[in-house]
Amino acid sequence: MSIKQQLIEKKDLIIKTWRSALLGSYPEATQRFLIREKDQFANPVGQSIHKNISGIYHALIEDEDFDTVSSNLEEIIKIRAVQDFIPSDALLFIFQLKSIIRSSLDFKSIGNSSVNELNSLDVRIDELALKAFDIYSMCRQKLYEIRVNEVQNQVGSLLKRANLTVEIPD
Amino acid sequence: MADTPKPEKTARINHIPPLMKGWMDTPVEIKPGIYCYGAKPKNTKAVGMPYPKEWNPTDDDWQLPENWKDIIDEGLRDRRDKYRSMKLFMDICVRCGACADKCHFFIGSGDPKNMPVLRAELFRSVYRKKFTLGGKIFGKFAGARDLDEDVLKEWWYYLYQCTECRRCSIFCPYGIDTAEVTILGRELTNLVGLNIDWIAGPVANCNRTGNHLGIQPHAYIDMLDFFVDEIEDITGLRMEPDINRKGAEILFVTPSGDVFADPGTFTAMGYLMLFHYLKSLGLDITWSTYASEGGNFGFFTSHEMAKRLNAKMYSEAERLGVKWILGGECGHMWRVINQYMDTFNGPPDFMEEPVSPITGTKFKNANATKLVHIVEFTADLMKHNKLKLDKSRNDHLKVTFHDSCNTARAMGFLEEPRYVLNNVCNNFYEMPPNTIREQTFCCGSGSGLNAGENMEVRMRGGLPRANAVKYVHEKFGVNMLSCICAIDRAVLPNSMDYWVPGVDVCGLHELVANALVFEGEKKRTLDLRAEYLPGMEDEEDV
Ligand code: SF4
Ligand code: SF4
Repeated sequence: MSIKQQLIEKKDLIIKTWRSALLGSYPEATQRFLIREKDQFANPVGQSIHKNISGIYHALIEDEDFDTVSSNLEEIIKIRAVQDFIPSDALLFIFQLKSIIRSSLDFKSIGNSSVNELNSLDVRIDELALKAFDIYSMCRQKLYEIRVNEVQNQVGSLLKRANLTVEIPD
Repeated sequence: MADTPKPEKTARINHIPPLMKGWMDTPVEIKPGIYCYGAKPKNTKAVGMPYPKEWNPTDDDWQLPENWKDIIDEGLRDRRDKYRSMKLFMDICVRCGACADKCHFFIGSGDPKNMPVLRAELFRSVYRKKFTLGGKIFGKFAGARDLDEDVLKEWWYYLYQCTECRRCSIFCPYGIDTAEVTILGRELTNLVGLNIDWIAGPVANCNRTGNHLGIQPHAYIDMLDFFVDEIEDITGLRMEPDINRKGAEILFVTPSGDVFADPGTFTAMGYLMLFHYLKSLGLDITWSTYASEGGNFGFFTSHEMAKRLNAKMYSEAERLGVKWILGGECGHMWRVINQYMDTFNGPPDFMEEPVSPITGTKFKNANATKLVHIVEFTADLMKHNKLKLDKSRNDHLKVTFHDSCNTARAMGFLEEPRYVLNNVCNNFYEMPPNTIREQTFCCGSGSGLNAGENMEVRMRGGLPRANAVKYVHEKFGVNMLSCICAIDRAVLPNSMDYWVPGVDVCGLHELVANALVFEGEKKRTLDLRAEYLPGMEDEEDV
C-alpha cells in the first residue's frame, strides 16, 4: 500500500494523534477543558484546534495548494501567537506531524518508491512550516501595529501636543 | 529567549505535559505582554496612595515597605470584618469547578490560574492560613499557605488579569463573585504601593482636572465646538450645547473617552444631536467641563478612591443646582452608581426624583442616585413616539450588540439597548445566546486593563467575545459591533482588528443620531462618520 493510501486510510488516527500533540502543549487541567467542551463559543481554542487540524491534514494528503488552508493555519496560529508560547513552541505542532506520520505508517507494506514519497511528504510539511512562520510573524506584527495605532489614536496625545491638557507635573 | 528545540522535542509524539503538580508549586513568572507598567510616583503621590515609588514589575526587588506583611495582614483583617461578602466568599467555596471554564482569560489563555476558582484560591489560601483552624493546623494539605514575596507577586500578576466582569459569578451555585475578590485583592496590593500606571494616571488626572485624560475645561469646550461644526456639515443645523449652566434641570455626564477618542466621538455627536432635537420639546440640559468624566478608575484601586472620584460629579450637580443627572453610555460608571454610589455618597437629597421632561416618565429605579442611563431615557422617548426616525439611514450597517459586563450583569440592563437598536436599524443580528445578555463575554480590557503594554493578555481575554462576533460576521455579514460602554469603544476596535477584521465599533447614540430626522435639516447624504448613506453615493454633498 502506498504511503498516500495509508495516509488516507489512517487519517482518523493520525489526525487524532496530531490533535493530542497540539493539545499537549497546554497544562493538563486546560487540556481536559479543551477536549471536553464541545460548544465553539464556550471553547473557541479547543474547537478551533478540532476543526482546523483536520482541514490542514486533508489539504496535505489531497495535495491541495496550501493557500486553501491558510485560514485554517491562521486560526490556530493567531491564538498561539498571543498565548504563553515562545515562537518555537507555538509552531512545534507542524514539525511533530512528521514523526506522527512516520510512526503511523506500516513500512513493511510500502514498496521501493517509498523513500521518494516520504521525501516529498517531508517537503510538503516543510512548506507548511514556512507558511506557518509567515503567519506567525504576521500576527506578531499585527499586535505591534495595534499597539502603535492605539497610542496614535488616543486623541489625548493630540491634545497634549496642542498643549490642551495638563498632566500632573513631575 | 528559550533554547532552540532539540530534535527529540520536535519528534515528540505523545507530548506529555509537565503535570500540574498542584498549582501552589507552579511559581509565577511575570511576562511581558501580560503585565502593566508600575505606577509612576507622581501619580500615586498626587492622590496620596501609599508608598509611591518608581518600580518595575520585572525587577526582583519590588521595594516593599519593611512591614509589608503586617500591612497586608491588617488590611485583610480589616476587610474581613468590614465586608460580609468577603468572609462568605472566602469560606463557602466548595471548589466544585462550575466557574472554572467561564472566564474569558482562562478560555483565551489556557492558563489554569486564570480559572476564577484558582484566581480566588491564590488569595483564599493565605486567608485560610490566617483565619481558619484547618489552615493553621494542616497548612498546605488544607490548601493553606503563608504569604511571602512570591505569593504577593503571584497575586499581583493574576489580580491584574481579571477584568472584574463577574461572568464567573453567574455560574457559581453560591453566587461567589470573584470580581469582588479581585477588587479587595487589588486594594491590598495598593496598600503596599503596587499600583499600575494605567490606573493611577487617570485617577490622579480625574482627581485634579475632573477627567481621566487631564483635559482642561477650555479643551473640552473646543472639542464640543468641533463636533458642532462636524454636525453642521452633515445636517446643516447648528447645535447649541449648554455648558456649565447653572439652574439647568438636568446635568449630563459622560465618560471623557466619548469626547476625546474615536469612535466614541461619534457617540458624543449623537448625544449633542439628540439634546438639540429635544430642546424644543422641553429638554433643559447642560454639559459640565468639571464633571467631565463619567468613568471611575478609582474603582479599580480601592473603594475609598472610587468614592472620592464619584463625589465629584455630585458636587458639580449641587453647584449647578440641577434636579437630576443623565449619564452617557458607560459601563463601570454604572456599576459604581448602581451598586455603590448610595453607600459612598448618598443620598443626594439636594436633587429630585428624575422625571423625563418630554414624556413625564418617572425613573423611580434611579431615585436613590438621581442618575438615569441615557439608553433608558432614549428607549422611553421611543416608546412614547417622541422621535422621528428613519431606520433606513443605517441600512449600510449590519449591526450586532455587545452587552457590556457592567450594564448587563451589574444592572440587568438587557432589553433597553435592544429596543433602541430595533428602532433605529433594520439589520440587527444577535450573537449566540451563551455570549450575550447575562452571559456576555467581557471585551477583555475592562477594569483599567486597557493599557498598551499588556496587548497579549487583552487579545487573549478578547477572544471569546471576538469569536462570537466572527460567527455573525461570517453568517450574516455583520460589519458593526455596537455597545454602550466607552471602554468597549476604545478597545473593541483593536480586538476586531486582530480577530475579525472588517467589523467596526460604535455606540448606540451614533446610530440613533444617524436615524434622527430633524425639522429643517438639509438632505442627509452622510452618516456621522462622514461616510455616504445608502443610495447617496452619487450625491454631491452640498
Ligand atoms: S463555582 Fe463557586 S463554589 Fe464552585 S469553585 Fe467556583 S467559586 Fe467555588
Ligand atoms: S470576574 Fe471575570 S475576569 Fe474575573 S475571574 Fe471572573 S470571569 Fe474572570
